[in-house]
Amino acid sequence: MDEKLNVKDMDLRNLDDSLFEKDDSAYADADKLNRPSVTYWSDAWRRFRGNKVAMISAVILVLVILMAVFQPMTSPYTYDEQDLFAINQGPSSEHWFGTDELGRDIFVRCWEGARVSLLIAFVVAVLNGTIGILYGGIAGYFGGLADNVMMRFCELIASIPQMLWVVLLILIMRPGIFPIIIAIAATGWIGTARLFRGQVFSLKESEFVMASRTMGAGSIWIILKHLLPNAMSPIIISMANVIPSAIFSEAFLSYIGLGVPLPTASWGILASDGANKLLSYPYQLLFPSLLICITMLCFNLMGDGLRDALDPRMRQ
Amino acid sequence: MGKYVAKRFVSMVITLFLVATVTFFLMHAVPGQPFEISRETPESVKEALYAKYGLDRPLSEQYVIYMKNLLRGDFGVSMKYKSQTVLGKVTSGMPVSAVIGFGGVLAGCLIGAGFGILAALKNKGVTDYLVIILAILGVSIPNFVFGSLIQRYFAVEWKLFPIQGWKGAEYVILPVMAAAFTNVAYYARMLRTSMLDVMGQDYIYTAKSKGLNQNEIVGKHILRNSFLPLVTSLGPMCAGALTGNFVIEKIFNVPGIGQSMISSIQNSDYTMIMGLTIIFAFISVICYFLVDIIYGIVDPRIRIAG
Repeated sequence: MDEKLNVKDMDLRNLDDSLFEKDDSAYADADKLNRPSVTYWSDAWRRFRGNKVAMISAVILVLVILMAVFQPMTSPYTYDEQDLFAINQGPSSEHWFGTDELGRDIFVRCWEGARVSLLIAFVVAVLNGTIGILYGGIAGYFGGLADNVMMRFCELIASIPQMLWVVLLILIMRPGIFPIIIAIAATGWIGTARLFRGQVFSLKESEFVMASRTMGAGSIWIILKHLLPNAMSPIIISMANVIPSAIFSEAFLSYIGLGVPLPTASWGILASDGANKLLSYPYQLLFPSLLICITMLCFNLMGDGLRDALDPRMRQ
Repeated sequence: MGKYVAKRFVSMVITLFLVATVTFFLMHAVPGQPFEISRETPESVKEALYAKYGLDRPLSEQYVIYMKNLLRGDFGVSMKYKSQTVLGKVTSGMPVSAVIGFGGVLAGCLIGAGFGILAALKNKGVTDYLVIILAILGVSIPNFVFGSLIQRYFAVEWKLFPIQGWKGAEYVILPVMAAAFTNVAYYARMLRTSMLDVMGQDYIYTAKSKGLNQNEIVGKHILRNSFLPLVTSLGPMCAGALTGNFVIEKIFNVPGIGQSMISSIQNSDYTMIMGLTIIFAFISVICYFLVDIIYGIVDPRIRIAG
């Protein structure tokens, strides 16, 4: 309406050439990207952040880790300090989770146990990942005879329940934190190896691998630099499952008497000690097992969240 | 089919042989002497003991003897208890372990599958969330914690079942419950996922558009296809059923093979550990073999590929 009025009011004799110039301003930044480009990882992070359950689990896990690191440093008690005047006390303001049969503070033992159990779990996860990726990558990439022999070996190991291997290896090495890590990792990498081998198999004929090979890249370079990043999401998801299962394995070993040596505390030791005294002092089982359950729950929920974030096809 | 079975059989025998060999050498790598006791032992007694168990011979010779004995079905004797043999322990413990193990798998599978089906049919409903919570709790609670808990409540507080032991039918229930717990969670989750997966397939739309009613679609098209991953998990499950309930057997003091394994580990009864390990390994290898054969019958694709 306004413009029509304007045209009418305009002095037609005073028209300027500039009014007839082509106006490109609307197309000037047609090439410009209005939003920052979303990479796979930032997209995954956005999805993960949007998943409330997974985020809460992640926060709780961070808290558990922080407590495990700092609580034993700041506590007035130590994990192996005995106080025979305060044995089997229930929870109180002095001993939040009570004391055990040697008068040791269970609260500090729980967090000391968290240190040991989480250390075992994380180191096992890293070892599993590294060995599994190298082994599976080599088997998958070279294929043929190498693949056949390597996968036969995996099958042989996998044909026995993993716990039997772990028990045998611990018997050889004698119980301790390091032997437990080695024993669990020694057979645990099979899963990762199989997984990554499958991924490599389906990826190795891709054009980008051929391009890299044409430019003279070596096999290990291609496996680690090109194939691994493309197969990262299933590997991360399986890592998130390795951690809780390692915590379980440690607990199982402690329960059958092959856990870390005394007086070291681990969640497995605490829970199995507590289970023996369930009838007389139930709180001694309650607190360690609550801590184990919450941590496991968070790892499992976070693992589900990671799966949904990294592999949207899997979302139900 | 004959060729497939033969091939599988040969590979099973090779696996058994290798497993026995590895176990033998691993056990002989265990540090320390088998008859180390804190008391002073006269040399002659030691020598007699070593001679009795053949430990004075070179390792290679011991290996040959051990393998020959295995072939004759002799898995060795206990080092700590004179009259016990590995085979004796296994024959007395196996039925008990099998009751608990297969009871746990069966109960877990039925209940878990039921939950899984319910959850998938009521996808995103209250039932679904309850089942998901149950499934996650099931994999988050260690089985010895769960076992101890039901022991405390069902046996000690409410006195519904005996606390421990193995003297009759009522002693079976709690251990089986404990063994079923993880399986319920596992199967519920698995069946829910696989059903949702199948429900999204094109042939389900086809079935719907043909005008089949809901019951027919669920019964004939969805369920049948959703059970495939369950069949795949049977091999490890059956192997685990016989060998995987160490902790539960210990909690409820059930005289199964798991309990024997734990006590021989705690007594450092090395010949017993070695014999039991080999038997456990044999059981699981044979289970895998049988399951492979069953697959071959069920799914012709595997037969051709294998």
